[in-house]
Amino acid sequence: MDSLIVQALNGLASASSLFLVAAGLTVIFGVSRIVNFAHGSLYMLGAYLGWTLTAHGPLAQLGGFFGFWGGVLLAAAATGLIGAAIEFLLLRRIYRAPELFQLLATFAVVLIVQDLTLLIWGPQDLLGPRAPLLRGATQIFGLRFPRYELFLICVGPVMLALLWLLFHRTRFGILVRAATQDREMVAALGVDQRKLFTSVFALGSALAGLAGALQLPREAVNLHMDMAVIVEAFVIVVIGGLGSLGGAFLAALLIGELHAFGILIFPRITLVLAFLVMAAVLILRPHGLMGRKPSGLPPASIASPPLPGTPKWLAQAGLVALVLLLVLPPFLGDYTLSVMADMAMMVLFAASLHLIMGPGGMASFGHAAYFGAGAYGAALLAKHLMAPMEVGLIFAPFAAGIVGLVFGWFCVRLSGVYSAMLTLAFAQIAWSTAFQWVEFTGGDNGILGVWPSEWARGKLVFWYLSLALCGLGVVLLRRVLFAPFGMALRAQRDSPLRAEAIGIDTVRVRWVAFAIAAAAAGMAGALFAYGKGSVFPSFLGIPRSVDALVMVLLGGVQTVLGPLFGAVAYTGLQEQLSRVSDLWRLVLGFAILALVLFFPGGLAGALRAREERA
Amino acid sequence: MTDSAFSLRRRALLGGLAAGTVAHHLARPALAQGSGPIRIGEINSYTAQPAFLNPYRNGWILAQEQINAAGGVLGRPLETLSRDDAGKPEDAIRIAGELLNAEKVAFIAGGYLSNVGLALGDFALQNKVLYAAGEPLTDALVWSKGNRYTFRLRPSTYMQAAMLVEEAAKLPAKRWATVAPNYEYGQSAVRWFRELLKKAKPDVEFVGEQFPALGRIDAGATVQALERMRPDGIFNVTFGVDLTNFVRQGNTRGLFEDRAVASMLTGEPEYLEPMGEECPEGWIVTGYPRDTLDNPVHTAFREAYRKRFNEEPKCGSIVGYDLVLAIAAMLKKAGNTETEAMVDAFEGIRYPTAYGTGEVEFRKIDHQATLGCFVGRTKLNGRVGGMVDWRYADGANYLPADDVVRGWRPQG
Repeated sequence: MDSLIVQALNGLASASSLFLVAAGLTVIFGVSRIVNFAHGSLYMLGAYLGWTLTAHGPLAQLGGFFGFWGGVLLAAAATGLIGAAIEFLLLRRIYRAPELFQLLATFAVVLIVQDLTLLIWGPQDLLGPRAPLLRGATQIFGLRFPRYELFLICVGPVMLALLWLLFHRTRFGILVRAATQDREMVAALGVDQRKLFTSVFALGSALAGLAGALQLPREAVNLHMDMAVIVEAFVIVVIGGLGSLGGAFLAALLIGELHAFGILIFPRITLVLAFLVMAAVLILRPHGLMGRKPSGLPPASIASPPLPGTPKWLAQAGLVALVLLLVLPPFLGDYTLSVMADMAMMVLFAASLHLIMGPGGMASFGHAAYFGAGAYGAALLAKHLMAPMEVGLIFAPFAAGIVGLVFGWFCVRLSGVYSAMLTLAFAQIAWSTAFQWVEFTGGDNGILGVWPSEWARGKLVFWYLSLALCGLGVVLLRRVLFAPFGMALRAQRDSPLRAEAIGIDTVRVRWVAFAIAAAAAGMAGALFAYGKGSVFPSFLGIPRSVDALVMVLLGGVQTVLGPLFGAVAYTGLQEQLSRVSDLWRLVLGFAILALVLFFPGGLAGALRAREERA
Repeated sequence: MTDSAFSLRRRALLGGLAAGTVAHHLARPALAQGSGPIRIGEINSYTAQPAFLNPYRNGWILAQEQINAAGGVLGRPLETLSRDDAGKPEDAIRIAGELLNAEKVAFIAGGYLSNVGLALGDFALQNKVLYAAGEPLTDALVWSKGNRYTFRLRPSTYMQAAMLVEEAAKLPAKRWATVAPNYEYGQSAVRWFRELLKKAKPDVEFVGEQFPALGRIDAGATVQALERMRPDGIFNVTFGVDLTNFVRQGNTRGLFEDRAVASMLTGEPEYLEPMGEECPEGWIVTGYPRDTLDNPVHTAFREAYRKRFNEEPKCGSIVGYDLVLAIAAMLKKAGNTETEAMVDAFEGIRYPTAYGTGEVEFRKIDHQATLGCFVGRTKLNGRVGGMVDWRYADGANYLPADDVVRGWRPQG
């Protein structure tokens, strides 16, 4: 019993750390509606800066109490400044772009920070000093409990109280709350939005930096901190309800405690627990524990004019491209062919996500689940039933489509970021199934030996096969867009009430679109599996979902051609850069930033804008 | 901050070198194998695991420079094309294709993560190309998924677990708890440790297990959960940042007091040094006692490494260095770079390890090298931990019987 109480204290300590990160994220989202992917990077920077300031700077010379705590606070302040700089130099320039587009910019920041941190602090894990006055442990029920953890337990509620005071007792806070409720109205009342946004971003970043620096005495600082914390922080923010501080606190407590007790009963549950909780909460309470129905449009969609028909020059250009893709390959090397096949699959993968994100108006943070479902569907058939490639390729879209129907049934009932996060939760549940069900799926070692049938082994034949199937998939998706179903899909995005009024079952339309997209992604996944000869859990991991998002956003959500351009540009850049330099993430990050700043409508959007001007 | 400034310069230099080689090859038509340098395609998770792979790459570079300075192999210098797989098996496969088809390398090498190793092994089988694996630890690489074209240098999960079991069985501890990262390496290490320890000492009891997510350990809760089991001994498989966090919480909460701890890989400088003063005392570990391993071969290696890179070698440096030595010995025996000849030559090849503990053999039966590692106890010296009371455990003594291996490995 006593040890259970101590375990509860452990849960509280983790909850406090989680809350600090999540608080910054939720404040930023509340005001700016930015899905700040770089929040984890700011947390990591806070930890690294804290390490330098407490262990190596002039403050460290001071040593002792002021050396440590001064270092921690200074690290938080410095991170706040970095955050302000990011907002000032980057995000401010793209607020007018379609929402979620900022996500792309913050993703570029993640890549850049990863490499810069490596360059500045080196690859070794760094262990910070213990906190003065809080070094040792104290006895609780005969068990030793670190004093620092007790201190952390207090930090959470104290921070919550301070933030509450800030938001309820100061003019700044009142403006922030007003902007969270209705941004346009605050602007109309003559409040300088720019200042407000910059200061809120700085505040959120400083909270992230503080959370990072406070980890010093209990965790080694390392290069994977950013990714480890960002997903968890998002989960907490969403469970709590976007923009709600109290909700975030409650959610952090829930996750922290469930975690501490969960590992006593199911030691292997750590991978998936947070996502199970999130899925459960969102199904029962679509706006989180304490969230309110968000005002305005869900973030992925923007009402737009009917899709233009294909202009003549574009059809001609497409024809020329197709002829080139058919005629040139026999003269290309094997490697070029396999890269081109990869690109074809990515185009289909991106196009499938585009269907639900663009015309459908639903963002998905977990689209890799369906890519993976197709890949695993084919691979499991091959492994357990010795099915040949042809059977696998036919089966895969159905497998992925069924997974899409099941997951989609829940996801399409939600809106905006909540819906997107529910897709992420399902994707992570699928991922951990692939990862942990070792007997059936091979676990993290994957399924090997998923090679194409004899006739398709050659790179040239495999290229034509990929081109045919992916091309067919893309053409079908395009047909769907211009068919009555596609019109209904766009109608429910632009004007759900009117769509309902003329008899369109909006939920059902979204659901079917979700399943179609899943099936197309599954086709791409299965081809990818045969191209690589193996399947791994990384096929349905978060990075692959992020890749899909980046490709669609890079190409432009509002255009039909967007995913095509985005996929080719992103995979091409990545492939070329990783061959040339170890610093490919840095260069890729800057490349994406440049594209974001110069083409806020995406690559295809830029093309269209030029055409309209002409 | 001199360290990081240095590593920055070194990385920039390496990047420049890499860019240089690329430009170089664009400028001239690819030479047919048979004249000019012998080209090796090397794939590793350089951006995902830089702390472990930079020392590895340095070891590789050192060996290659020494061999080339002595006139190369078969009268031809070695040339390595290094690529980053970002920790993703599917990228590793793509890059392997690139190295093979576009760069015309003679064979591929490398791999750090087990699933990348397995993916490359399967690629090797499909494409009938030689794959020399360095770091991946998974048993499957040479046993259940072993194939004719794949060879592995480092002592596997099974071997390292067996080494620790030998020591653990000598202890009075009866109640054991385990803590391991939740993926294949952690799971198989725990499985082997349990199985082999039960066999060696039937009265031991396993009272519980913890499987924190890799890189995401909730150290306080995990330590408390282990404390609750009241074990006499703890078998630890966590490493890197998980290990550091686990040890700090365990030290503060007194988890390791009056308890035996057997720990995989913890004696390697890669994992020991980041712990600094937190380094626990008296853990039984496998690792590499770099500073106290004084024999002519190893001392010469250590000196050369220091001189070349201005830092101390790590365990990864030995792996990189040894892998190149093994490859050179294989090429010498094969006499050419035809895949089948190289594979035949690799089976049973012997080379002298940089540990200075004699010759290592790549076994014909399963393509596993008999490279061992050192088993000893941890001790804090000043501000950083090291290994004491160590001995070299020859890998050949910690492998299952031949007929067992044959049963596990696909034959034919």
